[in-house]
Amino acid sequence: MELANIERLLVKYENAETTLKEEDALRTYFASNKVAPHLKEYQLLFNYFKSNTDETYTKKIILNTKIINNNWRMVAASLILLLSTYSGLHIINEYNEKKQAAENLAQITNVLKLVSTNLKKGNQALKKLHVYEDSVNKIFKNNK
Amino acid sequence: MNQSDFLKVVLPFKDKVFRLSKRLLTSTEEAEDATQELLFKLWKNRDKIASYRNTEAFAMTMTKNYCYDRLKSKQASNLTLIHSNYKEKETSLENKLEYIDSVDRVHLLIDNLPNQQKLIIQLRDIEQYDFEEICEMVNMKPTAVRVSLSRARKTIREQLTKQNNYGVSQH
Repeated sequence: MELANIERLLVKYENAETTLKEEDALRTYFASNKVAPHLKEYQLLFNYFKSNTDETYTKKIILNTKIINNNWRMVAASLILLLSTYSGLHIINEYNEKKQAAENLAQITNVLKLVSTNLKKGNQALKKLHVYEDSVNKIFKNNK
Repeated sequence: MNQSDFLKVVLPFKDKVFRLSKRLLTSTEEAEDATQELLFKLWKNRDKIASYRNTEAFAMTMTKNYCYDRLKSKQASNLTLIHSNYKEKETSLENKLEYIDSVDRVHLLIDNLPNQQKLIIQLRDIEQYDFEEICEMVNMKPTAVRVSLSRARKTIREQLTKQNNYGVSQH
């Protein structure tokens, strides 16, 4: 575009009378590297406008219903966790108690068995003792 | 309207909402918060979206109003103060890269404009809306919009010329 034309457009531009199309023409002119030296400050301005449109919103858009849903999910999850650990503990305790009781029973029966075998041994020993006494008595009687 | 329908409506202009918030609130974090807040507000009123003649224009109006409210609250004005101090320091440090420096200079010049001019120059020169849409967004008459825009453009250009001629005494 001719320099005279650009200058004419710039006057219109400063009076806020340019159309979007004309402003586009100005933008293209100032994006080129053939800008007349006396228009450098306009180039600064248009460069700035151009660089500014590159700025974007990069954060995630959070819509609150999602947050509420997630919150409820979290509450539900923690409740389930709490309940399951509690009931789990309960079951483990019960199991442990039963196991303990069975072990105790086994131990007691073992002990009782031991006692009873020893008692039998004692009885046999006593019987032997009786036999011994009898024989002793016989001997002593005979000697008299 | 489900979430993906909503996002389809909103995605084409979410960056414009963000940029306008940033122009008015000056800090990136505040602009991000504002964008999130506005999109959420739109989502809450999603049943009405079909009845809006122009959802994008409506969203830009909401953004403008929201940012003006934020600027009114003391908290926001403190934040912008801190931010502009920081910006000034940065510009004085970075004279090496001419392009970046000049971008910052234009940024500061726009930042120093009154809010209404800032708003209109953002809508026209960066987002390239036509005058009819801008009138609707800012709720002003076409002549008033043009006067404001013309003032903004002239102020920026005059100050750029002044700065450019500072080192070079003559044109």
